[in-house]
Amino acid sequence: MKHTLSILVQNQAGVLSRVAALFTRRGYNIESIAVGTTEDPRISRMTIVVEGDRREVEQITKNVHKLIEVLKVSDLTYDDMVARELALIKVTADSHNRSEIMQIVDIFRAKIVDVSERSVIVEVTGDEGKVDAMIRMLRPHGIKELARTGKIAMVRGSKPEPSLRHITSA
Amino acid sequence: MSAVDLVRREESVKAKRGQRMKATDAFVECLLAEGVEVIFGYPGGAVLPIYDSLYEGKIRHILVRHEQGAAHMADGYARVTGKPGVCLATSGPGATNLVTGLASAWMDSIPVVAFTGNVARSAIGTDAFQEADITGITLPITKHNFLVRNAQDLPRIIKEAFHIASTGRPGPVLVDLPKDVSVEEIIFDYPETVDLPGYKPTIKGHIKQILEAARAIAAAKRPVLYIGGGVISSGAHEEVLALAEKANIPTTFTLMGIGGFPGDHPLSLGMLGMHGTVYANYAVHEADLLIAVGARFDDRVTGDLKRFAPHAKVIHIDIDPAEIGKNRHADIPIVGDCKAVLSVLVEKVREKREDEWLAKIAEWKREYPLTYEEKPGVISPQRVIQEIYEVTEGNAICTADVGQHQMWLAQYYIFREPRRHLSSGGLGAMGYGFPAAIGAAVGRPDLPVWSITGDGGFQMTSQELATVRKYNIPVKIAIINNSYLGMVRQWQELLYNRRYSASDLHDNPDFVKLAEAYGIPGMRVSRPEELRPALEQAAATEGPVLLDIHVDPEANVFPMIPAGMSVAEMIGKKGRLGT
Ligand SMILES: Cc1ncc(C[n+]2csc(CCOP(=O)(O)OP(=O)(O)O)c2C)c(N)n1
Ligand SMILES: [Mg+2]
Repeated sequence: MKHTLSILVQNQAGVLSRVAALFTRRGYNIESIAVGTTEDPRISRMTIVVEGDRREVEQITKNVHKLIEVLKVSDLTYDDMVARELALIKVTADSHNRSEIMQIVDIFRAKIVDVSERSVIVEVTGDEGKVDAMIRMLRPHGIKELARTGKIAMVRGSKPEPSLRHITSA
Repeated sequence: MSAVDLVRREESVKAKRGQRMKATDAFVECLLAEGVEVIFGYPGGAVLPIYDSLYEGKIRHILVRHEQGAAHMADGYARVTGKPGVCLATSGPGATNLVTGLASAWMDSIPVVAFTGNVARSAIGTDAFQEADITGITLPITKHNFLVRNAQDLPRIIKEAFHIASTGRPGPVLVDLPKDVSVEEIIFDYPETVDLPGYKPTIKGHIKQILEAARAIAAAKRPVLYIGGGVISSGAHEEVLALAEKANIPTTFTLMGIGGFPGDHPLSLGMLGMHGTVYANYAVHEADLLIAVGARFDDRVTGDLKRFAPHAKVIHIDIDPAEIGKNRHADIPIVGDCKAVLSVLVEKVREKREDEWLAKIAEWKREYPLTYEEKPGVISPQRVIQEIYEVTEGNAICTADVGQHQMWLAQYYIFREPRRHLSSGGLGAMGYGFPAAIGAAVGRPDLPVWSITGDGGFQMTSQELATVRKYNIPVKIAIINNSYLGMVRQWQELLYNRRYSASDLHDNPDFVKLAEAYGIPGMRVSRPEELRPALEQAAATEGPVLLDIHVDPEANVFPMIPAGMSVAEMIGKKGRLGT
């Protein structure tokens, strides 16, 4: 089963490779990884999607937590979370099919962000299922290029991030 | 370090605070502030500034002959003193030569702080001369590592390095210092505390879990205590003894746990696992409660995990939460420092005694004592260990290399105290034993130190004979010379139909002459009647000495549970094949 891990790290050189290398060394395959800063510029959030059963993921979580620069690891899989991915899809489009593509884009509440004579770039945001469905619908028209971010995620509601509070300096 | 020294050290740090100085002079001050007494190292271009700052001799420096030796010496020093060992190497090849030593320290959770030089910041990433990405290389074999990008950060990083290496589950930490950083000047300030928000080892165990453990012990009919290296590193040996005695729990130890429980205690089962005693393995197999303390269910202990301790409920006490449930499910997990947890558990446990269980174990001990074959006119390797034990009255620090002799040392030398038995347990790195003995002798000059080594493994780091000579370090080297890569030969005998492929060492050098070439006295021992006098003479020798002891070349280590198997497949229960 796929697990979504949210990892808060100190924003320091090399921390991404430490985390990524740990997954590799312990024999886990990262399906996607997304990294960016949080509301506190000293802290980054890594969102990692990894395949494994509950026990395996618990094990890797404990190992990640041992890294000195890792502040917090949460497995959001069983929480009520908002998870989003973004994809840019360059599709073959000319006068014959452009309107059909625009219809699909409308239905998915996606956007066309670039238009040229032979192609358009579609931007879609959503959970993995939605992005997959969008790609499926556009495929018959000819996908020329596809770029997908990893998933980012957040737990719903107003639960605070406890680890952010005890950080006084970094 | 005495209280007076401590005060002096603090005053010296205070006096220097705010002073402008070279980064490498600050390096020396920081190490002094950490109480570092000795550095094992080897110079080169990238660390010339550090060596220049070491020239005044404020900290003792031991010049090794290969950086691997420096890392193992720092490890040996750390194991016997409980303080972090320090090694130093230049960039590129110097740094990569440390790798085996760091990996061994990592696998055995030994606090080592390694310093390496690197090329200047502007040259990093350009494949410059003697550049190696040593922080990248050592990522999976260090607890943490640092590349110092600003000279002003150096004191803070050194403080953090020592803190990380020596707290929680200990381990090696590497600090990589680019040459241009090391020649800068800084304003000296050694921080008094560390600020590592992501690093908070759990020390105290959860009281609810501890109470549950106490109840499980009360209910158990066939309990076994199974202790590992964590008992040594947390200094929990007294608490282990108190627990074992209070509830009369038979106690077995891993290779890393040797000395964590007195080997001659009536409740001692000796070592368990692949070459453990029959009775330790039987006891674990029959146990209804296994209390694992600072041990990690390594495959050399468990063999086939599915059939390991099949009837036992497991209490697992470890400071590292990632060890709990890694290999074996824990029914009662307790995360915390072994000493802290046990000191509470001992109080909560009621006195008890399971007579039937103890009688059963006594019966196994009678039926299957550790034993070996002796052939007339030939020295048995096991006898060598027993006699070294007798000659040193069980008080020596002994290091093993890797192979058959390592197992014989673990089986036949009875250790009563922690930090006396040193072995590369997790990595099993040949070449470890002799330099580790040097580090141990530097750390504990008050104790006799014996390097029990193989004819194969000794040759992996024998160049450190020069180090021993240079500083007159009184290590007693006993080569258990079977003219074979004995452990390899044993597996080939038992599993590969005696096809001794690449395991014959009958073209070994003359080790006595080798020692003499380095200015160290050597003795060859080949007849049983020569053994005792030679050992006594070696023990009485003031400085270093080498004994080349020719033993039965085809002796085997028994008992043995072949890899991945279980007690049912144990062979050599009576010390020889066919039993
Ligand atoms: C660096 C390294 N290379 C290879 C091995 C594999 N190995 C394990 S035991 C052994 C034989 C050791 O022979 P020796 O040092 O003579 O000790 P003995 O087993 O004969 O006591 C070998 C080659 C190892 N453990 N370490
Ligand atoms: Mg040998």
